[in-house]
Amino acid sequence: MTNILTAQSVVKRFGGLTAVNTLTVEIPEKSIYSVIGPNGAGKTTFFNCITGFYQPEEGEIEFNGRSILGLTSDQISQRGISRTYQNIRLFSNLTTIENILVGQHALLKATLFGPIFGTAATKREEKEALAEAIRLLNFVGLAGKGDLLARNLPYGDQRRLEIGRALASKPKMLLLDEPTAGMNPHETEEMTRFIRRLRDELGITILLIEHDMRVVMGISEKITVLDYGEKIAEGTPKDIQGNQRVIEAYLGRGSAAHIPS
Amino acid sequence: MEHEPKTNWWWKAIQTGLIGGVVGVLVSLIGMVESFHERDIIAGQISMGETLLLLLIVLFSFFSSRGTADTPLLKRLGSGALTGISSAGLVAGLVLLGSAVNLRQVFVNASPNLYKILTFENENTTSASLVLIGAGAVIGSLTALLHIAPPLWRRAVISGITIAGLIALLQDLLRITLSPFPAIGESIAWMFGTKGEEGLSVSGAIVIFIIATAINYFSATRGEAVQRRIRALPSGTQKTLRWTSWGLIGAFLLIWPQIAGPYLSEVSNSIGLFILMGLGLNIVVGYAGLLDLGYVAFYALGAYTMAVFTTTGGEITFNIQWTFWEALPIAILGAVFAGVVLGIPVLKIRGDYLAIITLGFGEIIRIMFLSDFLKPHLGGSFGIVEIAPPTLDGLVLNTPQTLYYVILAGCLVALFVAYRLRDSRIGRAWKAIREDEDVAQAMGINLTATKLLAFATGAAFGGMSGAIFASKLSTVYPHSFVLLVSINVLALIIVGGMGSLPGVIVGALLLVGLPELLREFSEFRLLIYGVLLIVMMLNKPEGFLPEAVHKRELHDRDNINEPAGA
Repeated sequence: MTNILTAQSVVKRFGGLTAVNTLTVEIPEKSIYSVIGPNGAGKTTFFNCITGFYQPEEGEIEFNGRSILGLTSDQISQRGISRTYQNIRLFSNLTTIENILVGQHALLKATLFGPIFGTAATKREEKEALAEAIRLLNFVGLAGKGDLLARNLPYGDQRRLEIGRALASKPKMLLLDEPTAGMNPHETEEMTRFIRRLRDELGITILLIEHDMRVVMGISEKITVLDYGEKIAEGTPKDIQGNQRVIEAYLGRGSAAHIPS
Repeated sequence: MEHEPKTNWWWKAIQTGLIGGVVGVLVSLIGMVESFHERDIIAGQISMGETLLLLLIVLFSFFSSRGTADTPLLKRLGSGALTGISSAGLVAGLVLLGSAVNLRQVFVNASPNLYKILTFENENTTSASLVLIGAGAVIGSLTALLHIAPPLWRRAVISGITIAGLIALLQDLLRITLSPFPAIGESIAWMFGTKGEEGLSVSGAIVIFIIATAINYFSATRGEAVQRRIRALPSGTQKTLRWTSWGLIGAFLLIWPQIAGPYLSEVSNSIGLFILMGLGLNIVVGYAGLLDLGYVAFYALGAYTMAVFTTTGGEITFNIQWTFWEALPIAILGAVFAGVVLGIPVLKIRGDYLAIITLGFGEIIRIMFLSDFLKPHLGGSFGIVEIAPPTLDGLVLNTPQTLYYVILAGCLVALFVAYRLRDSRIGRAWKAIREDEDVAQAMGINLTATKLLAFATGAAFGGMSGAIFASKLSTVYPHSFVLLVSINVLALIIVGGMGSLPGVIVGALLLVGLPELLREFSEFRLLIYGVLLIVMMLNKPEGFLPEAVHKRELHDRDNINEPAGA
């Protein structure tokens, strides 16, 4: 299996703090890959480096064999990486369907004059975009809620919409930042199944940040554990569960307890 | 009760009333009451000045009645009355004080005339004060009663009073509008004061109030049923209905200057130029969320470009003498170019910082036009004169009534463009940037291009407005392009509703049209603006006509299989 994304010794500093320290991660294509670690371990910073929101000071990030360092986040999105956010960041005063239509932005071509003069090409494009948006709405389970303002959606639906919006750009790889945060066990299970479906049905590589160990151990093929910006372990869920350093990072040195599985 | 003064209802009511009283005293002492007194709301009975004080008492009694909601009826009535009494009491105090001490040395507007108004021309100030306080009590309790009434009735009565008041204020406008139909004009003549008196007649006021209240009541109770019935009509009939109403509005807009005459046409033209600017700024601020306080710069650039290219005055170095239509595209392109030039350095700047930078940009442009350095080319403070008016087929459009059509055409084009862009790919990208710039970029939106497009499109409308403005006045001076113009345009967008196209029109009518029609306002225009903006921000931050949610999933799905153009 080829790697869709490789991060080579990535370093990101904020002043004196090294948030990500010489991190090397290789993510195989069409895998479900998790990044875990205690709070403040640098997981989200790593995400931000991949999506171009931050520029790492050192290292190299390659996507599909080409460097994406120095690209802006819209260019990276156009290369095929899409993401969701830890604290949901929808366009809250737009409707559900408009959120998804914005996600399709880079796939559409209309500029100023097409819409103003109502050219046939623009009309066709809009119609197809709308049909695609409605299809996505159904796919993420929000059928019939397309005309609600995003901010009026219940929490779980907002999470789904964020994934729907991320899918609208037809990404090859999806970065999910704590997709089950704040969900009850039933919702979490549903979300886990949904994430697996994304990979199985759409063939999208999933990079996951997650705190819920049941989710992580349940769906990940490979896990990287971060602590203070450094990789302290890497492997299959089974490897990670038994890893002494991971247990120490989570529970403190000298603890005999095991992380929940 | 005395032991807990903070939770005490009557003390709260009095406090509210005192605030109202202070406002009342203030508007009296700055001369607002006196200058508003010159216009009657009900001929010979109630003037606008008195209405102002009355409304203040009503407003504050309403607040205190709202504050005591969920308490026994009597308490709410009492609290309304107390507020009314204390408000009126302060105003009465002003009367008593004024009769004892000469306040004029400090407050120029504390004239005998003011006391006459406040005492209803009663010589005896003591009894007048008592009458005033009594009136306060009555108004306060009536307001409380109105607040206690079921919301349906409350809304109906409030809208009845508002509409009667508006008709009284705008009766000149109404008379002129109805002038082509003398039969209607005569049949409703009894509603208005006789022989050129302003204001409604007493019977007219009552009838208008009853009709407006009834209409509001029925539209609130039956309106939905009527709408449902309209929606149940076959789509062909619905379409006819829609086109008929658009046709009527269009026909009215076309014949309006002929009915209105030169003065009202001139007012309409000012409104039109501000609508044009409002539509442009609405794209920048309302859609893309880029707070631009220097929008007047594009207006100025449009105006000066038009001036430079068409002037026949020979006072400046340029002697191009193009026609209006040749110069218009140049003026628009000039503004667009300036929009992009401004846009590039401020791309990375957000929010408050952007506002300050654009504010500076607006001033730079004005000072540049004013500068001695450019005086040979742009005329300095003398400006540029003899700018060509638009011509059409040999016809010179230099009267308000003919220029109206140029402005109307401009507004319609701008409205159409703004409407078409609103739900397009670019429009969505603008709104996404407004909502969350970082996420918008992560969704694949090129911030540079999208923001520059917003600046450029907005500038184009501003430039068009300025170009028409220049040839309307036939002269341009730097002092026509002060910061206040930017603030006016921004205020009309905020009052109308950010991002809303009908909001721009309503905002321009309210903030540009109304002050022109009510000459008493002119002196207090900024005060009223300020109060209006504060009240809007507190109570209706989304504006009078907020941006509508475009229903797409269910509505447009039905249209998906229809042929294009449906």
